[in-house]
Amino acid sequence: MPHDHHDHGHEHDHLSPSGHPYQPDQDHPLTKWQAMEIAMRELLVEKGILTREEITQTVEAMDRRSPADGAKVVARAWVDPDYKARLLADGSAAINEMGFHADAMKLVVLENTADVHNVVVCTLCSCYPRNLLGLPPDWYKQRAYRSRVVKTPRAVLSEFGLTLPDTTQVRVHDSTADMRYLILPARPEGTADMDETALAALINRDSMIGVAQASAPE
Amino acid sequence: MGGQPAGDIDFDQHNFALWEKRVDALLVLTSGKGYFTVDGLRRVLEDMGEEAFETMTYYERWVQSVNQNMLEAGAYSLEELSTKMAEVTARGETYGDCAGGGE
Amino acid sequence: MSEHHVRVKDWFPPGHVRTPFFLRGKTGVIERELGAFENPEQRAYRQKPDMRKLVRVRFTMVEVWGEDAETPTDTLDAEIYEHWLEPVNAT
Repeated sequence: MPHDHHDHGHEHDHLSPSGHPYQPDQDHPLTKWQAMEIAMRELLVEKGILTREEITQTVEAMDRRSPADGAKVVARAWVDPDYKARLLADGSAAINEMGFHADAMKLVVLENTADVHNVVVCTLCSCYPRNLLGLPPDWYKQRAYRSRVVKTPRAVLSEFGLTLPDTTQVRVHDSTADMRYLILPARPEGTADMDETALAALINRDSMIGVAQASAPE
Repeated sequence: MGGQPAGDIDFDQHNFALWEKRVDALLVLTSGKGYFTVDGLRRVLEDMGEEAFETMTYYERWVQSVNQNMLEAGAYSLEELSTKMAEVTARGETYGDCAGGGE
Repeated sequence: MSEHHVRVKDWFPPGHVRTPFFLRGKTGVIERELGAFENPEQRAYRQKPDMRKLVRVRFTMVEVWGEDAETPTDTLDAEIYEHWLEPVNAT
């Protein structure tokens, strides 16, 4: 997502809090945490607890998941009112229909409208609908977002470029336990003639977390 | 941490490094096999305290927590881990050098 | 329509729980029931978990933050396990 219109946060530009660049990791001096990862992985393989193939496949599966998956679900809900009803009633079952899986967690889907705007956070850790959106963005895991969005959601949303009228009620959802949340953003105006694939391209990651609206058509 | 004072949101996004994805994969696989639960992961993360949150990256905290939970589960001993970490570190200078031995 | 009011217990145990600090002692209404799940407070410590009912509770911002609330009628929902909730008598 382009956030380049925001000029905050330059004080921690490209270094992790521990002061090392995140990437590329292959060419930088080994950290003790990386040594721990390698050692743990090799021990688990040697002991027959995991196989190298399992680890590789899990990393590959992680790389394959992206917000494009969630966008397909949202686009289907936009064009198919019956699917939308099923999605809002039982998110886990409805995404299974499309070949996605909620695993042990249950999916709750919440619809954004002109009257109600839902936004998701995990104040306790970093719970996120990974199976539909991939790994969470860095800001989702940071103290700033997690601390502030539960108290001043409108101010936080405005930092994302989303200013809501007073007539829209804001509902913040703290992902505290076994549910995962997907926001169903409102379908933009001027999209009546668009098919499901074209619509999916309008559905950005942030709109499915609730910190943005779906993109307007070209 | 909800409601506590905090600064502006930092919108910079790093690309996940291979070692970070591997930490994530180790959590997914070992918890999936019943060695521990995501609640055990979180318990150790929280027990690390505020300082760890400020001084370590996300996956640095995770690798420490996964390790702690696997030790508690009896998957390997501290002696085995220490021996292996020394062996890994002796392989070279960079992650690329040192991760090669197990491949 | 009758709303089921509940209050989050004002407990502060050390250790891993899934009830945010800022909701302790706050009153809300049950938004929906989610079924029973393994108690994470036992799972976190490798104990055999009991099944506990989980509900989504909706709080108003004014209930949670008092006069500091940004917009008092906005809401905050969280999943809370049954053993953290106590009934509130209708007043």
